[in-house]
Amino acid sequence: MKAKVYVTLRKSVFDPQGKAVQEALGSMGFNEVQSVRMGKYIELDLGSTEKSQAEQKIKVMCEKLLTNTVIEDYRYELN
Amino acid sequence: MKFGVVVFPGSNCDHDCYHVLKHVLQKDTDFVWHKDRDISKYDCIVLPGGFSYGDYLRTGAIAQFSPVMENVYKHAERGKLVIGICNGFQILLEAGLLPGAMLRNRSLKFICKFVDLKVETTNTPFTRKAKKGEILNIPIAHGEGNYFADEETLFELKKNDQIVVKYTENPNGSLEDIAGICNFKRNVFGLMPHPERASEKELGSTDGLKIFQSIVESLN
Repeated sequence: MKAKVYVTLRKSVFDPQGKAVQEALGSMGFNEVQSVRMGKYIELDLGSTEKSQAEQKIKVMCEKLLTNTVIEDYRYELN
Repeated sequence: MKFGVVVFPGSNCDHDCYHVLKHVLQKDTDFVWHKDRDISKYDCIVLPGGFSYGDYLRTGAIAQFSPVMENVYKHAERGKLVIGICNGFQILLEAGLLPGAMLRNRSLKFICKFVDLKVETTNTPFTRKAKKGEILNIPIAHGEGNYFADEETLFELKKNDQIVVKYTENPNGSLEDIAGICNFKRNVFGLMPHPERASEKELGSTDGLKIFQSIVESLN
């Protein structure tokens, strides 16, 4: 079982890195870019864990370590 | 009175804190390795600045699971003192011992300079020797000191007089100019500026001593 975790800053949190990238894209002529939000992508190999168990575990991992829920949101894919 | 300065892999202000406590203030002080579990003999635990675990994942995120932290929670629960400086503050936030979180500096730059701090409350064991409204000149050195909390948390911080020091000129985008906060019980304090770098005349300021002297007075 493999998990892919996507971590992004919450909408209410200003993302200075994304803003800097957006401005750089703008200066390249890509003025259509309205906003850029940066995040993290984490891949986990969960060995032979069953899907239902993996789901429970990945939630705990996300809440306790992989994200800081004060400032970040997460979503994950299992397959 | 006994101080313990925790050393995480990547701590780099541990010796400065140790030096101020041990040599400047002449207090009994030990280094505490992050794998040590027994911290029961210490009255005040210092989580120093640095880059614990290389700032991997998020600043302070990995250090919260160091073996020593388990007893830092208990130490704090018992009402004993904990001060987290810079990376130590980030660890306290990640560990949930203080509310809120740190974001990258608004400028995206690492900022290393002296700043002026305004003492917002003297009703803490860490600021009791200062005067309310007093300005302390203490350096900052961080890339992630942009304090963030949701509205509800900010409301609580204000209501309970937990905002301890504020920047007079916001260097990093920090919410409400917050530079340091304490917990509801007032025995856990985190701040981004480095009082240990401003505790001897030779270093340009001794304003940081006020914080350490306050702790000493509280423990007397």
